[in-house]
Amino acid sequence: MTEKKWPETWQEVNPGCMVFRPGSASEYHTGSWRAKRPIWENEKCIKCGVCYIYCPEGCVTENTDGFFEANLDYCKGCGICAHECWPAAIKMVNEED
Amino acid sequence: MGKRVGMEVAIASAEAAALCRFDVAAVYPITPQSHVAEHLSDIVNDGRVDASFITVESEHSALSAAIGSEATGARTVTATSSQGLLYMSEILPIASAMRLPIVMIIANRAVSGPINIWNDHSDIMPMRDTGWISFFADNGQEVVDMTIQAFKVGEDRRVMLPVNVNMDGFQLTHMVEPIIMPDQEEVDRFLPAYIPFATLHPDKVVSMGTLGMPEIYAEAQKSKDVAIVNSIKVVKEVWKEWEAQFGRKYEPVQSYRTEDADVALVTMGSMGETAEIAVDELRKQGVKAGLLKIKLWRPFPFDDLKKAVKGIRVLAVTDRAISFGGPGGPVFSEIRSALYDVPKRPKIVNYIIGLGGRDVQVENFMDMVRRAAKGKLSEPYEIYGVRG
Amino acid sequence: MNTATKNPKSIIENFDLYAPKLVSKEEFFVGGHRACQGCGESLAIRLMCKALGKDTVITNATGCMEVISSLYPTTAWKLPWIHVAFPNSAAVGSGVEAGLRALRSKGKIADRRIKSVAIGGDGGTMDIGFQALSGAMERCHDMLYVCFDNEAYMNTGIQRSSGTPFLASTTTAPAGKKIPGNQVWKKNLPEIMVAHNVAYVATATPSYPIDFMNKVKKARSVKGPSYIHCFVSCPTGWRSTSETCIKLGRLALETGLFPLYEVEDGKYRLTVEIPEKRRPIQDYLKGQGRFRHLTPDQIQVIQERIDIEWETLMIKVKNSKSKEELRAQRTR
Repeated sequence: MTEKKWPETWQEVNPGCMVFRPGSASEYHTGSWRAKRPIWENEKCIKCGVCYIYCPEGCVTENTDGFFEANLDYCKGCGICAHECWPAAIKMVNEED
Repeated sequence: MGKRVGMEVAIASAEAAALCRFDVAAVYPITPQSHVAEHLSDIVNDGRVDASFITVESEHSALSAAIGSEATGARTVTATSSQGLLYMSEILPIASAMRLPIVMIIANRAVSGPINIWNDHSDIMPMRDTGWISFFADNGQEVVDMTIQAFKVGEDRRVMLPVNVNMDGFQLTHMVEPIIMPDQEEVDRFLPAYIPFATLHPDKVVSMGTLGMPEIYAEAQKSKDVAIVNSIKVVKEVWKEWEAQFGRKYEPVQSYRTEDADVALVTMGSMGETAEIAVDELRKQGVKAGLLKIKLWRPFPFDDLKKAVKGIRVLAVTDRAISFGGPGGPVFSEIRSALYDVPKRPKIVNYIIGLGGRDVQVENFMDMVRRAAKGKLSEPYEIYGVRG
Repeated sequence: MNTATKNPKSIIENFDLYAPKLVSKEEFFVGGHRACQGCGESLAIRLMCKALGKDTVITNATGCMEVISSLYPTTAWKLPWIHVAFPNSAAVGSGVEAGLRALRSKGKIADRRIKSVAIGGDGGTMDIGFQALSGAMERCHDMLYVCFDNEAYMNTGIQRSSGTPFLASTTTAPAGKKIPGNQVWKKNLPEIMVAHNVAYVATATPSYPIDFMNKVKKARSVKGPSYIHCFVSCPTGWRSTSETCIKLGRLALETGLFPLYEVEDGKYRLTVEIPEKRRPIQDYLKGQGRFRHLTPDQIQVIQERIDIEWETLMIKVKNSKSKEELRAQRTR
């Protein structure tokens, strides 16, 4: 979890509170919210990309082998990818394990 | 050199906006502003200005659409009155917080209830805390001049704030007055094209209107406060430039015969012209009367006021609105507060005049001055002429 | 447990299975946003932005999506984005459209089509934002409006909206001892938009992501107003589990509760076929705590209503003609 960085002084607050850093929300790691994490069993994976498309965080990405994995900095452990996986290749396991 | 015409002031204000080459107008009609809306749409539909006129479905949407278009970098104008201003009031502080220099022409009209379409200032007074720069015009010429000045002041990179130009509904909007309309070429020289600080465009991605947590909200408000307080410098600069180019002088507080005044009236808006005549009449009768006309309401001209009241014994502040359950009229209470720390300050009395379009005549102003000479009225504030 | 084992036939029938690999990898709505786990709306936004591409300006009403994505000094958006207030997303969007149009025609910005897209929840679209939506659509701005309907005012605490379905329990129309939840039927906003003569109206849900993205692309290309009503699940407000987010949208379609269709120039067309024998509504309701209090009789009432609304829609699908067709018929 990254710490929030607030502007030190009022002079540093942009006019209109405009944010000129698109996508800067990625500084905040929502992965700390997780109670479960997804584990891919690549032997079962059919590389359809359904887990990639259904992730609300957009944190599931395709690696160089064409298999998928979640970026654990952002994965909230919602379980949608595991639930939607056609060949049941994704398992949700507890964070503590 | 400008052209001297006789023109209905509402129409003239739209003409002034046209001279400023606005890009978008988003206006909803309301009496007595309707002629402003109508004439702006005439100007657009005749192709006299290359612009879009959005026939919005409410005032709230008018200011909302104005924000949307100003945020893309389009010079935007809107106009309203009374209930319309109140309806869009949720958006006013957002426009100033977002630092968008929208210009709004307000035809001041009484606020309901009871419903009343005639002139007073009860619509603009509740908006004084919203962070908009506010000009008050005394006559048609000032309406035209201030509309053009408003774009220049608001768009200045040191300001970046919305500006409203206040003209009395019916008393000004529906009067045909002699006005020197500046030439397009003169206005182009005075008012350059708008170069926005930031715009909504994919080539430079920005998020506007973000969420301000408690950790930064105060800092954001401080930033806005500093901007509006410092804007008085820019207002005076622009007014100096205007005087140099067009020959007409503007000051935040304009004094009339106050060099040796004993009692001075204070007015805002078109009543000032009637008050001037009253001062002249009183002077003829040997009464040392004077008049202060406030042209810049926000940011409040503290220094100019303190200078203007030096030597005056009594101020008779006229208000065109009441702060119910409060210390009387808004102008009165702000002037009193502004002068509180000044060791030698005038006594101040408050007349609330001309509510809901009630006429105030020269004799009334003369009476106000005579009774104010005592330095105190029988009540903290007096609704002048109320029957019963 | 997943849907694959429940519907083995669909694996073969579902042509969309491998389509995710063809979708653009560029993300315009990034992780790090503060939406709940399993938020259907944030997924829908992510997909919508992919379909829109970078030449877009988003106007966002106050609501969950605005709050979770734009915490100063950060933003989850990689598209130009503006938020003003709750009721005015369509009005601000119409101003953005007019501003861009004026600037482009005067040569003050590049001669490139930048689409104004206004978004809001069911509150900011169907209730407090209704006036602004109606005005913007009626004025025919070149603007897309997408309503993300999760059937209550979720951001402020799950209060009832005009999108709340019959008998659903919300915090301002709760399932109490005397009155069992929302007492009226859901407002049909797509129909209202068709009545506004909006050239392209569609219903969508992120559970059918390719269908949704195709509709967004189509709407983007329309030169005039277009409207998409996107049904999204909210695990927090619906008291459902985060992982069933997508399944619920699918069940909404398969029961006929939320058919996916589009209306182009007045012609109705289903975009995702549903089997003749629709699934019973009980299958959809049972996964959601907001319907937990329903009796079998009440479920029957809902089933009947869905059947009737389905038939009404089917009549339109079978018989509606586009204005183009009607014009062509007249000249013959």
